Formats: sequence, structure tokens, C-alpha cells
Amino acid sequence: MRIIVCIKQVPDTSQVRIDPKKGTLIRQGVPSIINPEDKHALEEALRIKERCQGEVTVVTMGPPQAEKALREALAMGGDRAVLLTDRAFAGSDTHATAQVLAAAVRKIRDWDLVLCGRQAIDGDTAQVGPQLAEYLGVPQVTYACKLHLEDGCLVAERALEDGFEKVKTRLPALVTVTEEINSPRYPSIRGIVQAVKMEIITWNSRDLGIEQGQAGLDGSPTKVNKTYTPKPRGEGEVIPGSPGEAARALLARLRERKVI
Amino acid sequence: MLGLMVAGEGERMIMDFSLDREEEMVREMVREFAEREIAPIAAEMDEKGRIPEELVKKMSRYNFWGIPIPQEYGGAGASYLSYIIAMEELARVCAALEVACETHTSLCAEPIYHYGTEEQKRKYLAPLARGETIGGFALTEPNAGSDAGALETTAVLDGDTWVLNGTKIFITNALLADIFVVMAKTDRSQGIKGISAFLVEKGTPGFAVGLPEKTLGIRASAVAELVFDDCRIPRENILGKPGEGFRLAMASLDGGRIGIAAQAVGIAQAAHEAAVKYARERKQFGRSIGRFQAIQWMIADMATEIQAARLLTYQAAYRRGRGLNHTKEAAMAKLYASEMAMRHTVKALQVHGGYGYMTDYPVERYLRDAKITEIYEGTSEVQRMVIAGNILR
Repeated sequence: MRIIVCIKQVPDTSQVRIDPKKGTLIRQGVPSIINPEDKHALEEALRIKERCQGEVTVVTMGPPQAEKALREALAMGGDRAVLLTDRAFAGSDTHATAQVLAAAVRKIRDWDLVLCGRQAIDGDTAQVGPQLAEYLGVPQVTYACKLHLEDGCLVAERALEDGFEKVKTRLPALVTVTEEINSPRYPSIRGIVQAVKMEIITWNSRDLGIEQGQAGLDGSPTKVNKTYTPKPRGEGEVIPGSPGEAARALLARLRERKVI
Repeated sequence: MLGLMVAGEGERMIMDFSLDREEEMVREMVREFAEREIAPIAAEMDEKGRIPEELVKKMSRYNFWGIPIPQEYGGAGASYLSYIIAMEELARVCAALEVACETHTSLCAEPIYHYGTEEQKRKYLAPLARGETIGGFALTEPNAGSDAGALETTAVLDGDTWVLNGTKIFITNALLADIFVVMAKTDRSQGIKGISAFLVEKGTPGFAVGLPEKTLGIRASAVAELVFDDCRIPRENILGKPGEGFRLAMASLDGGRIGIAAQAVGIAQAAHEAAVKYARERKQFGRSIGRFQAIQWMIADMATEIQAARLLTYQAAYRRGRGLNHTKEAAMAKLYASEMAMRHTVKALQVHGGYGYMTDYPVERYLRDAKITEIYEGTSEVQRMVIAGNILR
């Protein structure tokens, strides 16, 4: 089983503080981590590899510093790491990102399964996985919380809002996983010693055959016009009195405002 | 890579204080593991006086028990500095677990790696480095503490076996360990040159382990006495050559002392972080107590001296890793770091006031744990003897 895992390096949002005056994120001094759900995807890939042999290739698109995330993935047990980096990729939206990832997956050629985390903690779109599957032209299974192989097919349980759905698909396929699927291992110390010596394969837009305007800001149909922090809502109102009186007062108020 | 060499020994002057990629990744990984897997149970381990078996196993999976041992012998093959950084991070959450791991590595696995025969390495070192067995080190006796050369345990060759008789006390990992490096006199006419080292497995007839001692700190790493009563071990279980034991013990303790220095730095770092957090949160006289100069000065002194101790420790580790002389540097690091940890765990508790005296906060544990760093693997007084001996020789 040849598995490709797509990961993203993100700021550790649990350690991001908000500038009380400007209302913006203070990114300075915030460590970069592997996006949590991507780590679950990597763990699942490593478990499949341990069960039925194979090879795990970890791919990320990002600035050169994203190499750190790849080294951690190698220390956890990944076999190969590919860094997709180019100034032309900067500012890519989910469509452009998926285009670049698709080019890389095609270039890797021999693969059976692509695993991704459901969504990243910085963007929260959950779009890159599904878009990548579309561009590759393979079946996609999203929100997988359980995964196993059966007669060369993949059986997944999807965590939906109102229940679970069991689906079966042939390979090659793309699966996005949720954090319920497993609990990721730490990198081992021996893994770290080996990972720091391993080569990181680096591909730029030319290596991937990405044309100008296909990625980065120019290749991104979505544009961010403005970001702002919503004004905090004012304090709520407490309606005093006994439960009966308060309920009557509340009803009157709601009718007055034509809510009911 | 962390380089700092004091010129004067004909060495090139190197000044590069950045850690290399491996060292940084090891620190991050150990910190994450320690905070998630150990910190939540550290107070309970202290209270119950034991290290859970499951934790030992979990740590084996990630190579904690053989960090600087080469991969061919089952270790992680990391640099000595990576090992010391890992010990610092372990001590930051649980000093007792650190000393269990440090004793195992520096005083049992390392001597076997440096002095053992190929057969001993295959038989004993590989399982130790994989964490399948745990190691201990037995030097101290009732009448041989700082004067370790005065030990009275004897080993007599009888045909194909050595017969050991004597008592060892205050032995770290006594309950946890499966194998011990034991120092005994093989030639009573020779003084310290009559001391040899042996590998003794737990379960050998004539070898008994006492009850755990009740201690002030590092309670989870239960220490106990070892009693050898006509304990027979195979002839090939001598470690190194006859008469080489004292030298082997001292060379191992040079490494051990760097591990204790790291432990002291880790404890002090934890106390410092607790003090900073409390100084920010605690309000008196209408403001955070961190706004008062009395508290600020304690925090500043603490941070400064922790960093000084850390650099001494890393420098000693760097030298040991490079195979350079480090007896004096290890003693300096251990002396300074342990006394620093004692001073500042007291201060960190003071910052907490009455709350710090309660076991609900971890600072009282840091203070209790810090004291032993001034005593074991050579007291502060012995470290000063070693340092002065190296300067005045």
C-alpha cells in the first residue's frame, strides 16, 4: 500500500493570543505545529503501513520553514518527505493549493491512497481534501472516523452530524479523517536521530509544471477583502421576578418585538 | 551543536550557542511527552512512591532508556547533549523519573557500553537500551559515602564464580531495576585499586533488596538497600578488568553528575515557571504581586542563575559527547546547578506564600526534590574537592 499524506504547518492556535488593542492575532513567538487532524491522517497511514506493509510519503506545500513539519513526520515513521515550495505559491487559496498538491501527487505517480486531515485549525475550510480528490479524479471519503481495508477496497465510517455512514470504495481514493480516528504517536528519539539525516525532496513550480497564474494569489479565485474582529455583544438582560412573572415578562417582550 | 570551550587547553575556541536540529527536536518531543503523559500523574507518583510500570513501558517505545547508546546496541544513538536536554525536560515535570532514567543510562548502560565485552553488550546493554530491563548502580555503603573507596563489600573468585558479600545502601532504582553495576573489593591489600565492578542480576540467589526508604523528596524513585550474602555470579560478569572498578565508577559519575546538573536545572525551571505564573495571577494590595519589586527581583535572579547553570551543564555535556576531559566541568555544573536549584525552589515557594506550603501547588515538591541534588552522585563538598583537586594538582 503506497500512501501519500498531505500535511499543513500551522501556528499553534492554542497558544495564539489576541492583541487587546488591535484585535489581531499575535503570531510572534507562537510555535508552528503539524495541523492536528493531519497528524491523525499520518498516524492512520503509519498504522496501515504496519498492518500490511507499504510506504508513506508525506507532502506539504509551504515556505522553506515547513521542512520542520516534514522532519517531525519522518521522525514519527514516514518514509519520504516532499516539500512544495515556491514564491509563486504564496497566497494560494484552497483551489490553488489543491492544484499544486494534485501536480505533486501526479508526479509521485505510484500511489494507492491519499490521506488528509479534515481541515486546518488556521483556515477551517475543509476544502483542500475534496478539491484535491476532484482534480485527481478519484473517489473521496470525507470525515472518516474509522478505516480498514477489505479485499483491496477501503471501508470507512464517516462521522456525520446526525449519525454514522459506512462506505466502501475502490482504490485509488482520497480520504479525509477526523481526530476521532486514532491517537497519534509521538516521534521516537531514534526516529528523530534518523529523520534529521534524511533528505527532504523539494519541488518548485517548474518541477511541478505549474504555470504562472495557476497558483498563488493570481491563481486564487477567492480573495480576502477584509478581516475584522466582530464587536463583542453587549451584556444580556436579566429579567427579574419569580419564574412565572419572568416568563410572562419575557413572552410580552418577545411579542412586542414580533419574534413570536 | 552547542559549543563553548574555554581556551587554555590548546583547543580551538568555539562559540556557537545554537542547538542543532536533533537537539531541538528531542527537546520538543520530550517536553510534549512529559507534559501530556507524566505531568498529570507526577504528584500522584510522588504520593504513592512508585513509578507505574506502564509509564516505563511507554517510555521504552520512544527510546527514553537508551538515548545516547548507539542504535546497534538498541539505543536511540542521539548526541550526549540531546540526552542531557531530555533529562532536563523530564526533571521539569518529574525529578524522580529523571533520576531513574539518568541512573539507568549514565551509571548502568553507559559503563557497560564503555567497559563491557561484546558479549556483555549483547546480553545486558541491548535490553537496557531498549528499556526491556532497567539498570541500577551500587557503590554507596553504610561506612562508604563520600569516601567511596572505603567500601567493604567483597568479591572472591571461587572456581568459575565470584562470591559477593556485603551491603549497599541508598540505591536508586533498587526496586525497579533488573540488573546492577556493583562495586566490590577483590583485593583488600590494594585500597581503591583493589576495587572491581560486577554485573549482578536481580533474582540471583544470595541477592536481596530491602524495603524502600522513606525520603524527603524524589519519592517515586524508591531507594533501598541491596544485600549480598554469598551471592554467586558467573566469572564473566566482572565489568572491566579486576582493580579497574573505582576508575570505572568515577568516570561513570562524571557523566552522572551532568545528568544531576540537568535534573537540578529542570527542577529550578519548573519552580521558576510556577513562580512566574503565580506572580501574574495573584493579586494583593490591588495589583498582581509581580508588579512589586520584591517579587521581580526574585524572578530575575532565578532566571539568570538557571540560565548560568544550564550553560555550565550543556558545556559539560558537549565535552563528554566530544570525548574531551570533563571531570572538572561536570563537577562545576553539578555543584552550581544543585545549589542554585535549592536556593531558587525556596524562593519560588516564597513567591507563593502560604499557598506554596500546601501540597495543592507543586512548588513544595520542587523544593523537596531539589535538596537531594546537593547530595547524591557526590555531595557539594565532594564536588568542591574534585574541582580544587583539578585546579591545584
